[in-house]
Amino acid sequence: MMGTMRIGADVGGTFTDVVLEIGGDLDDDGSGGQMFSTKVLTTYEAPEQGILEGVATVVAEAGADLTELDTFIHGTTLATNALIGRTGARTALVTTDGFRDTIEMRTESRFEQYDLNLVLPTPLIERRDRHVLSERIAADGTVLRPFDEDEACALIEVLAGQTAAEAYEAIAVGFIHAYVDGSHERRFRDLLVEHLPNVPVSISSEVAPQMREFERFNTVCANAYVQPLIATYLRRLEAQLLETGASCPVYLIHSGGGLINVDAAARFPVRLIESGPAGGAIFAADIAARHGLDQALSYDMGGTTAKICLIEDQTPRTAKTFEVARTHRFTKGSGMPISIPVIEMIEIGAGGGSIATVDVLGQIRVGPLSAGSEPGPAAYGLGGTKPTVSDANLVLGRLSADSFGAPGVNLDDAAARDALDRTVGAVLAMDAETAAAGVVEVVDENMANAARVHAIENGKDVATFTMIAFGGGAPLHAGRLCEKLDVIELLVPPGAGVGSAIGFLRAPFAYEALRSHHATVDHFDPDAVNRMLVDLAEEATAFVAEALASTGTPVTDVALETERWVYMRYAGQGWEIPVLVDATPFDALGGERLADQFEKAYEEFFGRAIAGLAVEAIGWSVRVSTPRPPVSRVTRVVALRDIVPDRTRLIHDTATDTSLEAGIVERHALVAGDRVLGPAVIVETQTTTLLSSRQQAIMQTDGCLLVTRTTPVSKEANP
Amino acid sequence: MSELRHQVMWNRLISIVEEQALALVRTAFSTSVREAGDLSAGVYDAQGRMIAQAVTGTPGHVNTMAAAVANFIEDIGAHHIYEGDSYITNDPWKGTGHLHDFTVVNPVFREGVLIGYFACTAHVVDVGGRGYGPDANEVYEEGLFVPIMKFAERGVINDDLLNIVRHNVREAGQVVGDLYSLSGCNDTGARRLHAMLDEFAIDDLEDLAAFVFDRTAAATRERLADLPTGTYANAMRVDGYNNSIDLAVMLTASGHSVHADFTGTSPTCAYGVNVPLTYAHAYFSYAMLVALAPEMPSNWASLASFTVSAPEGCILNAKHPEPVAVRHVIGHFVTDLCLGAIASALPNVVPAEGAGALWNFQVSARAIDPRSELPPREVLMFNSGGTGARPTLDGINATAFPSGVRTMPAEATEQSGPIVVWRKELRPDSGGVGRHRGGLGQVIEIGAATGYDISVSCMFDRVANPARGRHGGGDGAPGRVYLDNGTPFDAKGKQTIPEGRTLILELPGGGGLGDPTEREISEVADDLAQGYVT
Repeated sequence: MMGTMRIGADVGGTFTDVVLEIGGDLDDDGSGGQMFSTKVLTTYEAPEQGILEGVATVVAEAGADLTELDTFIHGTTLATNALIGRTGARTALVTTDGFRDTIEMRTESRFEQYDLNLVLPTPLIERRDRHVLSERIAADGTVLRPFDEDEACALIEVLAGQTAAEAYEAIAVGFIHAYVDGSHERRFRDLLVEHLPNVPVSISSEVAPQMREFERFNTVCANAYVQPLIATYLRRLEAQLLETGASCPVYLIHSGGGLINVDAAARFPVRLIESGPAGGAIFAADIAARHGLDQALSYDMGGTTAKICLIEDQTPRTAKTFEVARTHRFTKGSGMPISIPVIEMIEIGAGGGSIATVDVLGQIRVGPLSAGSEPGPAAYGLGGTKPTVSDANLVLGRLSADSFGAPGVNLDDAAARDALDRTVGAVLAMDAETAAAGVVEVVDENMANAARVHAIENGKDVATFTMIAFGGGAPLHAGRLCEKLDVIELLVPPGAGVGSAIGFLRAPFAYEALRSHHATVDHFDPDAVNRMLVDLAEEATAFVAEALASTGTPVTDVALETERWVYMRYAGQGWEIPVLVDATPFDALGGERLADQFEKAYEEFFGRAIAGLAVEAIGWSVRVSTPRPPVSRVTRVVALRDIVPDRTRLIHDTATDTSLEAGIVERHALVAGDRVLGPAVIVETQTTTLLSSRQQAIMQTDGCLLVTRTTPVSKEANP
Repeated sequence: MSELRHQVMWNRLISIVEEQALALVRTAFSTSVREAGDLSAGVYDAQGRMIAQAVTGTPGHVNTMAAAVANFIEDIGAHHIYEGDSYITNDPWKGTGHLHDFTVVNPVFREGVLIGYFACTAHVVDVGGRGYGPDANEVYEEGLFVPIMKFAERGVINDDLLNIVRHNVREAGQVVGDLYSLSGCNDTGARRLHAMLDEFAIDDLEDLAAFVFDRTAAATRERLADLPTGTYANAMRVDGYNNSIDLAVMLTASGHSVHADFTGTSPTCAYGVNVPLTYAHAYFSYAMLVALAPEMPSNWASLASFTVSAPEGCILNAKHPEPVAVRHVIGHFVTDLCLGAIASALPNVVPAEGAGALWNFQVSARAIDPRSELPPREVLMFNSGGTGARPTLDGINATAFPSGVRTMPAEATEQSGPIVVWRKELRPDSGGVGRHRGGLGQVIEIGAATGYDISVSCMFDRVANPARGRHGGGDGAPGRVYLDNGTPFDAKGKQTIPEGRTLILELPGGGGLGDPTEREISEVADDLAQGYVT
């Protein structure tokens, strides 16, 4: 890979991160490649402007020639923002008669039980734009009411509109049970394409062929809604990159953590939602692979949210559905469900900008509201007056004005102190330091609880995992999180501040195809299942082949990796467990084979299998991926010398709850084997790693900081 | 830091009971738990006082279970409580109001000392008897009654009990599976609690419970001061089973507590719509919390401020052996009844009346041709009408209130049983008019899948008595129940849908609030454009 030149660009809510890598990634000895990175402010109106600015910066720094760029990989929050800000296309939904209001009625429940003034999220497509056809397919695929061509053509005339202003810019089609049989949807799509050739059409049996009508309809609506916007943006980005001389292929990272080409992204833009966090998980998975970790906990903390993800066997796990655009304090159920493969993670409103308040019970609360970049934390002096996590970190000495890496921001300690005094200290009769310690402790506890719940959802005990911390805020809070979670080892990788963008460069070409299909273990039809798995594999392979084609590599030259997952449960249960099955086609004994594997998985999740109950499979997925390039394994180094910091400052130490003189160490000055003893901060441009008085960090050969306890954990010495 | 330490531990306890609830949802069999969230989970101190409960859960369970653990301690007897035990009941009066709910309580020991309890409740698929519905005349017909007893003693499961359960319920495997899930999720809670006590190096929950209760009691008292001292009365008429029922309440606010007396309420009925007082208490407490202290966590101290009384023989104070299987139908109206009493005192808080009771129904599907191999199936659906308009907002369309449950997706329902849901959409013109419009009800149309006859156990209210508007707002539309050829269908009781016909349910809308002529023109125009109003 010597000489290859690749760029990863992550457009986030506040910053656009751009990473340029020349000559492959770093080897174990630190040689072999070079990396240049920058953060620029995201340009909301035209995100490609921020990208081009960042690209120019890193290219200039590297002294590189953009015409030699081999690959450009992109992740963006544009689709997510369009859903949150409702800036998508004028879209129609066409659905089965009787189900016009499914996306509005949601689950018929209130996500906040005690709020009389609850407002449910407005449906993405309002009622007047939801139209119906009288077709109907049954749960087993039987046609109960045929598709009526005349009725469909009459509806198409309505959709065409009388005037340009009335015409729809995108059409979503979602029929009941289309995940079983999509023929009615496809027939209607064909008619639409014939009569309205300029209006893009999304159909649910292609976008999200999963059972549960609210989730599937909402997903196809979201896809149609953002499609014109994303398609235009991607074409513009491609054109402008070309203008700058970069004629290389452009890829997008999708929510499942793989790469697809621009065409696929423009057809299924809903798959771009959460692509930035997916890049972060890939980044952590890559670090886990280098360090030979089978159980890693990815912890990404930015300005607004923290993302936590379990990575086992160096592979992030994917889920079949998630929720985006939560309207109410990140509360579960207040957003839109999206049924696509997504890297499974938990995201909570805990970031540097999260605002601290005191509730009616006199308890400190942190987040989920964030001061964002405008007005920002009080310390930024940009108009923010509410105390945030960053303000608390500054008051405690954990952050300092002289080592803070946000461009154009000077931290104002007095302003931070004042905000904490006013909002927290005065209410609880505490001084600013105590208030700040409380704020930090509460946000750390929130994140630790989220990590625990996420682990139990997956049947895991988080204490056995190694934490990998990245994103601007994580290295500052990770040490305390490890203490709370009983996690023994923490890695802070090089480039932690731009981890997601680096992750893009490590992502494989991959696609996951999903299908709902009901099969019982007792009456197992191996032929039907084998046929479906072949279909799914073909669908996924087509996406990967299409993306590979632009690299000039025929798909036949690549040993693609294929994973088959079956989502199973006891008949009568409602939640399925993912079970990984091998490539052997199923035979007459296939049902028993599945049942055995299910029971093993069930025991892992819930402790004890239940004898004598029927087992069924509900969902099936096939993930096809290019192999991960081999990584050079990092050999752990022990401490070779202790670094004696030449500077110190007073920092609040959570381990002892006192202020201690802590060393200040420049990260770039450390070489492999250097040990820093806590209390200390290790500073770099884009983040700060904090060590408590009970922790130490040893620089590893790949530039990772390995943080561990200096003494065996003594279970909280407090009496 | 002891203040912060306590705060952190309190939050941790809430996280622990959330984990407990999650473990239950993930392993439960009954659709009401796993799809609809009809469950609760909580942690108690050694005296049986609830310290924290999962926010996942519905008020009818949460607030009844809060009282249940004290009953367990009394009936089991302090000297018979051992490490490794697990207790169980579905006693409607000592648990959560009907036989379909099993409550399981596990004591937690630390270094041999009893320090507290975990408890949880779930609605199981079947308890035998006539099956889920209002048609029984005594609780004996409604199914197996398990008094408070040991599910496990010192870690050994009570096989005799499981054997009795297996021989008395339909879907025995699933019901027994649910009992294991209930006890298992308490174990999950206990494991997490021990880890927390290890981390904070404390031996018991006494200090923490005292902190939680002190804080909550003080804050609750402060919030209750918003309701001026005095008495507040309200009455409401609902359909009942065969005769309409009058619900009446007199609230007495003391400034730091509220008492509800249900004198004046109709007597119990011969069918299973009667309500044990504990369940009425739960929905009264819920009404007070949402109106006065919505941020207050539900625990012993917040709930202690709300007390109830009702005369003997009143439908909100049903006694054994009166039938109580569908106690939710009348029980759900208790919240609107109590909110209505304080509507004039808190005009900016209290909404208009809503559809109230869920429109649940159970479908029994049987093969038309008995020689066919088609198995008999039971399908349960939860559905909601509209909520009442709020002082500053319209009501919510087709959404449960006061119940906290969800509906099941039509596709999941059709995959689990041989019925076809032909229609499930909003019902235009069903929201009461007003400055703020009531939430719309919905229209549901169901029929049998090929090869099956179906009968439906109905338990629908607000057909004769719609949700009333408030402050000049109009009533919500009453519910309607009929076949597609126009034949009327009874709103309560089990009936068969003739072959080839479908059943149409029009669910009630919520009441409007305020003078309809004051509604913003733009809102009127939008109602018409969207077809909420025709």
